[in-house]
Amino acid sequence: MSSREAILARIRSALADVPADETPEDVPVPRAYRRSHLAPAEDRTAVFSERVADYRATVTRTDPAGLPATIAARLTARGAERLALPAGFPLELLPAGPWEWHPEPLDTAALDGLDGTITLAAVGIAVTGTIVLDTGPGQGRRALTLVPDYHLCVIRSEQIAEDLPDALARLDPARPLTFVSGPSATSDIELDRVEGVHGPRTLDVVLVTPEQP
Amino acid sequence: MNGRGVVWLGAPSFPVAAKQALADPQLRANLKRATTTIRDKRLAVAAELDDWEALRDAAAAIKKRTARHLDRYLLQLEESVTAAGGTVHWAADAGEANRIVTELVRATGETEVVKIKSMATQEIGLNEHLAVHGITAYETDLAELIVQLGDDRPSHILVPAIHKNRTEIRDLFAAEMAHWGRPAPEGLTDAPRELAEAARRHLREKFLTAKVAVSGANFACADTGTVVIVESEGNGRMCLTLPETLITVMGIEKVLPSWSELEVFLQLLPRSSTGERMNPYTSTFTGTTEGDGPSAFHLVLLDNGRTDTLADRVGRQVLACIRCSACLNVCPVYERTGGHAYGSVYPGPIGAVLTPQLVGPEHAASLPFASTLCGACYEACPVKIDIPRVLTHLRAEVVEAQGGRTAEALALKAAGKVLDSPHLFAAAQKAAALGGKALARKGRIGRLPGPAAGWSDTRDTPAPPAESFRSWWRKNKEDDR
Repeated sequence: MSSREAILARIRSALADVPADETPEDVPVPRAYRRSHLAPAEDRTAVFSERVADYRATVTRTDPAGLPATIAARLTARGAERLALPAGFPLELLPAGPWEWHPEPLDTAALDGLDGTITLAAVGIAVTGTIVLDTGPGQGRRALTLVPDYHLCVIRSEQIAEDLPDALARLDPARPLTFVSGPSATSDIELDRVEGVHGPRTLDVVLVTPEQP
Repeated sequence: MNGRGVVWLGAPSFPVAAKQALADPQLRANLKRATTTIRDKRLAVAAELDDWEALRDAAAAIKKRTARHLDRYLLQLEESVTAAGGTVHWAADAGEANRIVTELVRATGETEVVKIKSMATQEIGLNEHLAVHGITAYETDLAELIVQLGDDRPSHILVPAIHKNRTEIRDLFAAEMAHWGRPAPEGLTDAPRELAEAARRHLREKFLTAKVAVSGANFACADTGTVVIVESEGNGRMCLTLPETLITVMGIEKVLPSWSELEVFLQLLPRSSTGERMNPYTSTFTGTTEGDGPSAFHLVLLDNGRTDTLADRVGRQVLACIRCSACLNVCPVYERTGGHAYGSVYPGPIGAVLTPQLVGPEHAASLPFASTLCGACYEACPVKIDIPRVLTHLRAEVVEAQGGRTAEALALKAAGKVLDSPHLFAAAQKAAALGGKALARKGRIGRLPGPAAGWSDTRDTPAPPAESFRSWWRKNKEDDR
């Protein structure tokens, strides 16, 4: 008998007390938990900004017209000049200036030699302060937001879900997903939090909200 | 390793190991500081969710549903992983899992693998097995790296090097890093930031060149075949993304019915384990993706005593564990003895109920007794495992297995006889009052005579009152009628 058959047989005999006609739905799952932990009066984007900042990442708000200038300001502040550029990133958002944009595909060694990367996002989660990347247009392969030391992520306010249940429902599990909550961090040494171990040490989030009339 | 393949079991037994640990004030100070810190953070972020109890109820029920239909969900998982381009392997025990992984690595022609911290591979002693077959496994989680460099053992599920302070870690890096790859920089201080930087540089060359990675799994969704890995440092992402081959070893209990159930567990796990709203990185992947990440994905489904645990109707709830380690951080016993005393990769309250079940109660017989039954672990558990109930259940099994010949069993047998007879009970109470008076100093009895001496070595017993309640009642109340 193969191990597969042996394990399945052992499971079935271990569950002799489960009636043969029981279905998974016969085991009730109480769903009294909230779909969202945002209070009715709370603003999604305000909570998102505050919670992302809580992880020692930076959140800068801008409107669509101000986006290129905001990106330029963040890159200047970080001293990041040589950046990886994922396929599908809208070129009209890139500021003019001293920046070198290195389009994909890049190999790992080339990525390692760059200052950082700029991407869009798939979904944001307000309550947890998380951005989710699904490798869609403008987001790049997973390595792109991992190997370089700096990540600037542009997210639009309508992409921000209130909470995890809402966010998961918006995502396609068939794609590789990366949930990012602040920069890479460790607490392994006396539980002192240190940012930046193997992933990017610096995370800048630029939040684009509609123009004010 | 014992007969069923769980490493480091039972030598020395908990009471002996705990006594040694208690004599180490540095260890106790490191532990106290660490457990208090995580405990406070966990309480604060759990309190942010006013439906925390409802989330726990849902999680416990989902795990119960999964366990009662485990065969069906594993078959579904196998089907969806295969459809997504992965290969599923079934391993009945540690030996088989180790063989499968070794053969998969050999087939790539590589002799080095990078590893994400994983309890399942710790449990089966994979690194040691690979080493025997000429394959070096590099641990890439900072704490696991500290443990590996020190030829040490993990002492905590979440922070395996919790027993080491920064100075000990600095000394270790300076002395050992060069033997494994890039040496520690000259003049390394014990600042956590510098230590993390040294680890980053040391491991980066491995990440950028490794062709094979080995991981565990936090969850796997049966309906979609999606595997979920929760981490902080980015070492997990490195291993999941850069190598060509990924081998994931997963206990069969980690399967979830569906992708959507992650909405419960991704809220409970980070808050319970590190005390954060969300851990820095969660990666989910389904099979292989062209042009992104490994081109070969192998999922090894590990039994290794889990089906025996499933057969125990009281004990099976332990399979719901999501390895958050909240129970360790609230446990008064763990806080004083540390993880090594438990003699297993699974320490603390969860280890005391999981280890004896994985290996059989005849081994690890002392572990169900390594608890005060205070119930703090049950309260902290995000999936509501009733650890105290399972502990007492396993204690009964251990006593049973020892044929009722222990001092406790004999004492309880004698007590049973006395409690059955009002006459004997009254006489015993009178004797106890007299005996107590003779033994007690300032109302406490320091050392008990006879077979109870061992019990009283580390405890004081309150002296019995001079008069029993029954005798007092007879004198004061019966007259009133």
